[in-house]
Amino acid sequence: MTVLATAKPAVPPRTRPAGAAPLLEVDRVTMQYKTREHLVTATSRVSFDVYRADRFVLLGPSGCGKSTLLKGVGGFLKPVEGGMRLNGRPIEAPGPDRMMVFQEFDQLMPWKTVLQNVAFPMKMSHAFPAREIEARAMAAIEKVGLARFRDVYPHMLSGGMKQRVAIARAMAMEPQMLLMDEPYASLDALTRRKMQEELLQLWDDIRFTVLFVTHSIEEAIIVGSRILVLSPHPGRVRAELNAHEFTHAEQGGTGFMALNRRIHNMLFAEHVEAAATGAAHG
Amino acid sequence: MAERLELVLRPEFEETSLEDAQVAEVQRPLNALERVTNLDWVRRLAILVLLAGAWEAYGRYLGNPLMVPTFTEVLRALWDALFHGPLFERIYATLKVLLIGYAAGLLTAAAFTALAVSTRVGTDLLSTLTAMFNPLPAIALLPIALLWFGLGTPSLVFVIVHSVLWAVALNTHTGFLAVSDTMRMAGHNYGLHGLRFVVHILMPAALPAILAGAKIGWAFAWRTLIAAELVFGVSSRSGGLGWFIFENRNELQTANVFAGLTAVIVIGLLVESVIFRNIELRTVRRWGMQR
Repeated sequence: MTVLATAKPAVPPRTRPAGAAPLLEVDRVTMQYKTREHLVTATSRVSFDVYRADRFVLLGPSGCGKSTLLKGVGGFLKPVEGGMRLNGRPIEAPGPDRMMVFQEFDQLMPWKTVLQNVAFPMKMSHAFPAREIEARAMAAIEKVGLARFRDVYPHMLSGGMKQRVAIARAMAMEPQMLLMDEPYASLDALTRRKMQEELLQLWDDIRFTVLFVTHSIEEAIIVGSRILVLSPHPGRVRAELNAHEFTHAEQGGTGFMALNRRIHNMLFAEHVEAAATGAAHG
Repeated sequence: MAERLELVLRPEFEETSLEDAQVAEVQRPLNALERVTNLDWVRRLAILVLLAGAWEAYGRYLGNPLMVPTFTEVLRALWDALFHGPLFERIYATLKVLLIGYAAGLLTAAAFTALAVSTRVGTDLLSTLTAMFNPLPAIALLPIALLWFGLGTPSLVFVIVHSVLWAVALNTHTGFLAVSDTMRMAGHNYGLHGLRFVVHILMPAALPAILAGAKIGWAFAWRTLIAAELVFGVSSRSGGLGWFIFENRNELQTANVFAGLTAVIVIGLLVESVIFRNIELRTVRRWGMQR
């Protein structure tokens, strides 16, 4: 680990505005995980700040460590280098102040109804007085439009409805930050679009902070207000871009397409170069 | 080389209204026969009636009640043994020992599994012990049990615990291992760990496997106990079902032997199709965790 000793000067806070304090600071974080044969470096010295009300997107192709980073913020994995702070306090362990929404539909407890699922984390964490829990859970379920399904078990819901329940469950906790790990990747295109719109509508209503992982450039531009572009193997910061101007309405417009192409070139330029050198050497 | 396929271009069209569309049958109630044959118990009862009929016919054709008494003879013997004989007492004696052994087996299995999920040594211990003892028929331990605990209930409980423990512990542990990472992370996300994590996440998530283990354990326990009673007969003053069967064979009361066997089967069926089935209907099937 001699490389780590000769640490480069701090890269990140070049974007830090005066006055506002970041909610989440990720500072030169290197994350590694072990497979059976290898020690894989998922991200290398990634830094970024997330401010309140950000819809912050981690975007990159598979192998850029975006999910690993999110799990790090969630407290499920520890960085081998660098630090992550939420409200100035280091992240040590998973906790209900960072509610996670996963891609997989099996994140709901199949043995609990929709209402029980949404109420469950509130009950377990004692974050709210017991008598308020049901009303809060119901309010969250209404927000995602599933009031009619409150007493239904998850196996009777469609994929999109399950994700809505997971979002309601996370929202009801009023977390500091919502962590979404490719939450719409397993949905069909029509449902996905609807869910993106709903998320933006919810954000408009209550202004939460969300850290959102995706590999879709379009989704990043639509959902995100700010996009961190990561390059793969290992994940490094390629750029941090603003996308707060774009929603579905702008899809196909010139600004939208320009940003889309710009990100596309960032992510795929290397491949083209690599292919070109490969061809030259071949 | 094959001829190059060309697109067949056709004119476009758009329906202005869906009213005229011919819909044959969107939904229709099933008729009575379809509904009756959809009931599991009806189909199973039909099979039982057929088997009983075949038995009765063969018994009459053979005409040798010492070897194969007819179905009706067995029913009569069962009735007599129940209401004028000792069968109820025998069943009670058997069930009492069985329930004690079964409960003890489940508790021991729970302790082993708890050890196995919380420590790696526990995991190794459980898998090694299960690999060793699961294939060993519990009845083979009876001589040792008799040596240690003497003739009586403790020996029976010992072999029953042995027959229940490994099946249940193995299934429960496998069920715990199969709980998805997503579910685990969701649980940790709410700040659950240790015993609360096991109780609120692992146990309900692994319930299908745990129930399967409990069913297998029950069947093993039942078999082991009847076999044990057959081997060493009466333990105290009142023997069990196995003893009832053994006794009547010695007296060449074949119809009674069949009646005893029928009681064993009926109790097994009842526990399986009433108790376990109802637990399943109210839990894993209702939750869609098992079809």
